[in-house]
Amino acid sequence: MSYQGKKNIPKITSDRLLIKGGRIVNDDQSFHADIYMEDGLIKQIGDNLIVPGGVKTIEANGKMVIPGGIDIHTHFQMPYRGTTTVDDFNQGSKAALAGGTTMIVDHVIPEPGTSLMEAYDQWRQWADEKTCCDYSLHVDITHWNDSVKQEVDNLIKEKGVNSFHVYMAYKDYYQMSNSELYEVFTFLAERGGIAQVHAENGEIIAEEQARMLQMGITGPEGHVLSRPEELEAEAVFRAITIASQTNCPLYVTRVMSKSAADIISQARKKGNVVFGEPITASLGTDGTHYWSKNWAKAASFVTSPPLSPDPTTPDYLNTLLSSGDLSVTGSAHCTFSVAQKAIGKDDFTQIPEGVNGVEERMALIWDKAVTTGKMDENMFVAVTSTNAAKILNLYPRKGRIAVGSDADLVIWDTDSIRTITAKTHNSAAEYNVFEGMELRGAPLVVICQGKIVLEDGNLHATSGVGRFIPCSPFPDFAYKRVKARKQLAVLRAVPRGMYDGPVSEFSMSRGGTPSASARTSPTKQPVRNLHQSGFSLAGNPAPCGPPTPDDVPIRPAGRRIVVPPGGRSNITSLS
Amino acid sequence: APDSHSTGMSTAGEVPAFFKSMGSDSPARPRQKFCGMFCPVEGSSDSKTLDFDALSACRGKSDGRVIDRQTDISQPRKVEIRESTGKEALQNLDDKRSDRLLIKGAKIVNDDQSFCADIYMEDGVIKQIGENLIVPGGVKTIDAHGGMLMPGGIDVHTRFQMPDRGMTAADDFYQGTKAALAGGTTMIIDHVIPEPGISLISAFEQWREWADSKSCCDYSLHVDITEWHKGIQEEMETLVKDHGVNSFLVYLAYKDIFQLTDSQVYEVFSVIRDLGAIAQVHAENGDIVAEEQRRILEQGITGPEGHVLSRPEEVEAEAVNRSVTVANQTNCPLYVTKVMSKSAADVIAQARKKGTVVYGEPITASLGTDGSHYWSKNWAKAAAYVTSPPLSPDPTTPDYLNSLLSCGDLQVTGSAHCPFNTAQRAVGKDDFSLIPEGVNGTEERMSIIWDKCVVTGKMDENQFVAVTSTNAAKIFNLYPRKGRIAVGSDADLVLWDPDLTKIISAKSHNSTVEYNIFEGTEVRGGPLVVISQGKIVLEEGNLHATEGSGRYVARKPFPDYVYKRIKARSRLAELRGVPRGLYDGPVCEVSVTPKTMTPASSAKTSPAKQPNQPVRNLHQSGFSLSGAQIDDNVPRRNTQRIVAPPGGRANITSLG
Repeated sequence: MSYQGKKNIPKITSDRLLIKGGRIVNDDQSFHADIYMEDGLIKQIGDNLIVPGGVKTIEANGKMVIPGGIDIHTHFQMPYRGTTTVDDFNQGSKAALAGGTTMIVDHVIPEPGTSLMEAYDQWRQWADEKTCCDYSLHVDITHWNDSVKQEVDNLIKEKGVNSFHVYMAYKDYYQMSNSELYEVFTFLAERGGIAQVHAENGEIIAEEQARMLQMGITGPEGHVLSRPEELEAEAVFRAITIASQTNCPLYVTRVMSKSAADIISQARKKGNVVFGEPITASLGTDGTHYWSKNWAKAASFVTSPPLSPDPTTPDYLNTLLSSGDLSVTGSAHCTFSVAQKAIGKDDFTQIPEGVNGVEERMALIWDKAVTTGKMDENMFVAVTSTNAAKILNLYPRKGRIAVGSDADLVIWDTDSIRTITAKTHNSAAEYNVFEGMELRGAPLVVICQGKIVLEDGNLHATSGVGRFIPCSPFPDFAYKRVKARKQLAVLRAVPRGMYDGPVSEFSMSRGGTPSASARTSPTKQPVRNLHQSGFSLAGNPAPCGPPTPDDVPIRPAGRRIVVPPGGRSNITSLS
Repeated sequence: APDSHSTGMSTAGEVPAFFKSMGSDSPARPRQKFCGMFCPVEGSSDSKTLDFDALSACRGKSDGRVIDRQTDISQPRKVEIRESTGKEALQNLDDKRSDRLLIKGAKIVNDDQSFCADIYMEDGVIKQIGENLIVPGGVKTIDAHGGMLMPGGIDVHTRFQMPDRGMTAADDFYQGTKAALAGGTTMIIDHVIPEPGISLISAFEQWREWADSKSCCDYSLHVDITEWHKGIQEEMETLVKDHGVNSFLVYLAYKDIFQLTDSQVYEVFSVIRDLGAIAQVHAENGDIVAEEQRRILEQGITGPEGHVLSRPEEVEAEAVNRSVTVANQTNCPLYVTKVMSKSAADVIAQARKKGTVVYGEPITASLGTDGSHYWSKNWAKAAAYVTSPPLSPDPTTPDYLNSLLSCGDLQVTGSAHCPFNTAQRAVGKDDFSLIPEGVNGTEERMSIIWDKCVVTGKMDENQFVAVTSTNAAKIFNLYPRKGRIAVGSDADLVLWDPDLTKIISAKSHNSTVEYNIFEGTEVRGGPLVVISQGKIVLEEGNLHATEGSGRYVARKPFPDYVYKRIKARSRLAELRGVPRGLYDGPVCEVSVTPKTMTPASSAKTSPAKQPNQPVRNLHQSGFSLSGAQIDDNVPRRNTQRIVAPPGGRANITSLG
């Protein structure tokens, strides 16, 4: 690293950066070129660039330069029953930068019953103060009514949120009914949002949890036993059905099991617009640790859906990620200290859920998928940043090295080998679910907003420099197909004459309350409505019209059509 | 016969003593001890039921033993029925001796093999099978001339006389069972649908009363669970133990009427598994259907096409998938009624490959026709096809379902016969969601399957028997009393003519409705003679059904065919916790109770979701620890590590 020219004033010149001799890797191709950045933007790409003096130059020596990673799923500083996760936005985004991730997308989780907008403002405040890298926000919809609908509308139009997350698990808390999901998805499809789901069947989980506790299983193994992967797959299947019904793009967060991933890839083959997000933990480790004799270690793996006890799962998910059946990767980084996890020491259902992974994500995917030959470097870029940027409608500002894009870059060292351990990681948690894992591939230099934040293993993150990046609705990546289908999917009625035959009397009204907008009052009414009885007919049939000759086919004991006065209209005739 | 029809057999459901051990033994051993007055040598019939010489005789007609039967045939395919004494009138079914029936020269078709033999029946039970039977005088003889004789069909799904909003399905038990017999079906299993709020037992008894007075063939009953609470569980127990019911249907559709939530379904399935019954499911996602119905009505689509538009096949497949998941979770055998679409059938086939104990029941309508008729300009015709799940508009569906039926991925066939006449359908003339649902099919079932599957070469005659009767009998624990031609089985038989061609039409069918959804379909294959309870009820196109002669057939729980695997799995499925020392590290204080544990949902009447549940419960704060630490309340910094408790760090919380 050297400084060109004579002036040596880092404060001014550090915004101007030149990377020489790097191999630029985008999701579609790789090529050799120099990159010149200024004011946090990529200004020039090419050979023999003409750059002003006082520019800091990095010699890449043929190493790969990739777009900085986007971690599309984090839970920094998440409030949980009066405490918060140990990694706040500062700690968390520092860990992200250390791993080569230059943007995170966090989840806003409003308490059910509280305003989405207030929660959003709260998260904005926390993040603006503390993050060291750019960020965006997903908003979780934890309850559904007309005012929530209004808030969602405002968030999309004014606040730069284009993705909303709903829960199919956490019964009686966050969980939504199928009808509510249908309404949320319908609304999001209209407004151009992405529907994210936490896919697990919460009702069955609640039943299974009760059964486990009854059997005396209280440790973390109960967590995975009560949430078998079938329940995840079932919910994914259901979410896809509803999304396809409402013609809404679907995004499945935390794909943790083979069967769930299979369902997603099948749906994609059938043409559904659905994206699957495996997380660092599901790509890197498995659920056998739930049976660890060390309670604290076992508890540190607790997350939902749980890691699959099937040890072939990570390999399988890496394969699907490489083939494109799964589209993006997140970390679902949501760490709790052992003391916090110990809230559930006598009851696994009380253990706060979440694992680490924001720092390890890029290196882990490189090690599991690229060094094994499952995917190439371009695909690596696609699943770590480009696809996420496309879904969030941030492409090509993020997720691509191109003139005009943000200067979020990573010089990737394919050969460096690191051993992951809680002793050296940047998270505040005492356990690392990847403890002892040796990973090949690591960031050598990380550039965020045009500034070097990691070099020579030293992190120079600045708290509060992270900007909120607004996401606009109707991302092309998801909505082009959806729009085309909308045009096709106009349903038409069959034009028929009026039916003028006789009509039976009937007494019970059936299925007359399809609207489910009221979570608060799903009171079912199987009581007969005795007031609503029978249709009033315009042409009352004569009680006993003389049967016409062609009405006579021998049908014993049967009711015949009574011929209405004025003759039988052909609409009811036997064809 | 010493014990007459009225004393011995009509005690509904009482299986003759010699049957009690049947089916549990290996087929190599003698299946029964028979010592009637016509049994000259003990055990002689045993070898005759599985006469492998006869098998080859059947293939090569030149074999000496058959030739003499063949020589005097003037019309090779006709059937002769004659009295050996020549005194009794043929139709005098009440005559004591007309209970004795001999069928000569038939090719007996079971689900495992076909062979040529004579059959002698008495008192409604098959007494002998073999060559050169020694039978008493005065026996009515049917000369089958090599025609196929198979077990009478079992229609596992009918809804005769079903009440719907004050109306009743057009075919009652008399009309319906007559239609069934006309088509070669000698047993039906009907669905009891208690209105929510009404006791299962009283509904069951109501159905028994209707069926006992009217049914012309043997019948049994499924009971539908339309709501869920503790009382229902007790009633289910009573039904299984005292009333011979071993199958219960739950609805995933019909929101706010019959639909159960996932938790309720889980509980119902657990109860069913403990009782040894079969869980049947009407698989459609009722929530989505309700939303779609509303949307489609809003768009101004009110005709029958709205019915299928609001119930796309994905919604069916989703519900099948969900019920398979719940069944796996509860280790309960599952039976999916009315498989109407390719995707639903695929889900079942996949689940079976993974080892789930699940059975799929396509119905006559889904095997024989498709949903394109919903767009018919004739409203009454379009409405006649309304059933749920709807017929798929994809015209390749019937062929696909027939293929899966042939390869064994789908196992049984029903008809879901529940027709309404046009005036009743017209209740929904301005709103498709009000059209009463149900199609015909009990009469056409056997012929349609023969025509679509056997004639086309998808399946052979034995598989035909399996899907029309044997599998049903096995699943519902009626085997081998029903669904098999063997000594000791009920004399419910069909002499099948594979060459009979018929054009299905509402003008000639036995149902009372004006429309037949198979109108104009030409089918090959039909019953020539139908024998129910040892009596000829159909011959030469004439039906001699007797109202009220049908007996209720009780079914025992834990059918082997279904429960052998379930039992083995429940032995394996014991879960164990990990033995660990007590966690003695620091524990955080908590202030809110999340994930409120209210898993028991046994109250459909009060699923009030406690509107704003997530209110902080400030009283319940924190665990009381035996070894509370001084520093427990000290707020921890970002990079907190475990603080070692006084007395040294327990290795249980140590890193690594």
